[in-house]
Amino acid sequence: MGHYLDYNATAPARPDAVAAVTAALSVPGNPSSVHAAGRTARALMEDSRDRVAALTGASPRQVIFTSGGTEAMALALNGFSGRPVLMSAIEHPCAPAAAPQAERCPVRPDGLLDLDALAARLADSTRPPPAAVVVMLANNETGVIQPLTEVVALAKAHGCAVICDAVQALGKMPVSFTALDVDFLVVSGHKIGGPQGIGALIARIAEQVPPLMTGGGQERGKRGGTQNLPGIAGFGAAAAAVMAQGPAEQIRLARLRDRMEAEVRTMAPAAVIWGENSPRLPNTSCIGLPGVAQQRQVMTLDLAGIAVSAGSACSSGKLEPSPVLKAMGASDATAREAIRISLGWATTEADVDAFLRAYAPLAAACTG
Amino acid sequence: MSLAPDLTAPGSADTVFTASLLDLPEDTANTRVVVAMSGGVDSSVTAAVLKEAGYDVVGLTMQLYDAGFTVGRGKTCCAGQDIYDARRTADHLGIPHYVVDYESTFLKDVMDAFADSYIAGETPVPCVLCNQTVKFRDLVQAARDLGAAALATGHYVRRVATPGGAQLWRGADHNRDQSYFLFTTTQDQIDFLRFPLGHLTKDETRAIARRHGLAVSDKPDSQDICFVPDGDYARVVRELRPDAAGPGEIVHVDGRVLGQHDGIIHYTVGQRRGLDLGGLPERLYVIAVDPATRRVIAGPRSALGRDRFRLRAVNWLGHRPLSEDDGTRITVKVRNSFRPAAATVFAGPDRTAEVILDASVDGVAPGQACVFYDGDHMLGGGWIIRG
Repeated sequence: MGHYLDYNATAPARPDAVAAVTAALSVPGNPSSVHAAGRTARALMEDSRDRVAALTGASPRQVIFTSGGTEAMALALNGFSGRPVLMSAIEHPCAPAAAPQAERCPVRPDGLLDLDALAARLADSTRPPPAAVVVMLANNETGVIQPLTEVVALAKAHGCAVICDAVQALGKMPVSFTALDVDFLVVSGHKIGGPQGIGALIARIAEQVPPLMTGGGQERGKRGGTQNLPGIAGFGAAAAAVMAQGPAEQIRLARLRDRMEAEVRTMAPAAVIWGENSPRLPNTSCIGLPGVAQQRQVMTLDLAGIAVSAGSACSSGKLEPSPVLKAMGASDATAREAIRISLGWATTEADVDAFLRAYAPLAAACTG
Repeated sequence: MSLAPDLTAPGSADTVFTASLLDLPEDTANTRVVVAMSGGVDSSVTAAVLKEAGYDVVGLTMQLYDAGFTVGRGKTCCAGQDIYDARRTADHLGIPHYVVDYESTFLKDVMDAFADSYIAGETPVPCVLCNQTVKFRDLVQAARDLGAAALATGHYVRRVATPGGAQLWRGADHNRDQSYFLFTTTQDQIDFLRFPLGHLTKDETRAIARRHGLAVSDKPDSQDICFVPDGDYARVVRELRPDAAGPGEIVHVDGRVLGQHDGIIHYTVGQRRGLDLGGLPERLYVIAVDPATRRVIAGPRSALGRDRFRLRAVNWLGHRPLSEDDGTRITVKVRNSFRPAAATVFAGPDRTAEVILDASVDGVAPGQACVFYDGDHMLGGGWIIRG
């Protein structure tokens, strides 16, 4: 039996989500159809939209279902095509890929966006003013929570829209579209224990979003194609499960994570915990082990039945040094010594114990 | 001079790969063996037979160069077909599999060295460098880090365990023998390495692949150098060393200037292509390439013959040290497709040696490997140097 500690890659589906997906597969209707079966499907879809809206503090009419976070980010940025965009240096690759023209804004060694640099760029009248600022709520590799309140205040003062990637934050900290006061919020189903292949763009004024695909006019013309009803139902069920769990779960995860990091420190005093002193998600730990390559760490742990990940592995298995850690000042070599351990709803003390046992020989190889 | 190893091991598609045949512990389930999986049929079968024997098999595939490089496109980040095949084979066999990234070291230790050798007028053998560095230095270390008892590859060479340490012998199928490319292997590495296919023919390997239902059973053999799949070495050298190409003179061994060429990287010793100068009665071959003057020296076939040459970076695997004075009687291969020739080798200073052939041979090219044998027993070798 393995120990899955890679929730930031994808979370195991929650039982409620599995049940909802299975049930939805048995609903014959297309949500766009006028007959009774279609109405049943539509009701299921809208119930799920309500649940996603409730979890994200948005109105259901602001929720546009997409195939996932990547599509939601591309949809948000589609409205800024060819216009100046400013994004943090640590965004998920889906953001720069959808806006290749984007300028990057640096982060500080503690992993937080450099607000002084953001303010200076926005105030720089010699360069074209950005139409949008893209800043994630919490980073996927380090879990560092970004200063969105300040970002939004600065952006608003310069008439600049804000796109916020909340894919990793959702379910791991309070997220409210209304309170954040951003223009766009990107969320994903499988990171909170829903199925893969479903996400949403939450838009302040959904009617103004230029679609990427119009197709049959689904999602009020903002995302063509028959809706992924099983995915949407699973996303809704996972959202409801997160709501039901409440903040106690976040405290539980933080305690597990803190114990794990303390024991890693005891085994390897030279271990580097990235973003350690910054506000972080309760479930995420990015730990560098001097002198021990991340490839070796990930393989050794996997062979011991522990699933963790190393930075941003591309599909070929080629490991580029993490752009996130490099933006925080890591050298290529240092970035190649870090792995990410991310916990979640099914993680137990026994999982953390198993990780620590498998990690011990690696810690012993640490040269720091 | 050699110990008498047991070479009676079976070689057939029905071979049972026992612990003793593999020279691995009997406690198969608790013995981890890492297999270097290229995605080809040989390494896939290597993994299959070890898994069938019950070992804790882990597949590693090396990411060595950007797939876009070999087809002349820009930088890509997509798994090549070979990595895909290796992954699917591992899935099929039910073994863990990882892709390990050795791009930076492959670029430095193999591709750059290949380009520099070409520019220096040599005929490089990058497969030897790859085995020496990326495979048997870095991948061996990775296997040791994973707690493996051995690293197995799909090379067609026989590893023969003897009381004095393991030895490398030519593959039983001499047409497939890859010992030439393994001459730099050290005793430490030979002890750790396993080559389960060394007793087999390629047909037998393919038969085993079919018996295991491997999708790569009929995958064609890889040709040429992996990062130059189209055989256009000059293009690769130009990409790696854009400043290196430059025209020069083609000069006959008798001193006559015969014409111009557009870069020494297009010429290697023994080659006839590119010497169609017209109006010359004799058929010409490249006899030598001189990087200092950018001259290509051409001459008749008779001028290609050499009966002595020097080696650098000699690796000697023989039981007794190489003699400086009396010489050591061996046979040598001066390129892979070469029938071993009788010779005497004399040790020199700083891991150099001089080889004196009983009879002169054609096409002794600087940069190629000269590999030593006693019968089928591979005894190491060295790099052929100019002069």
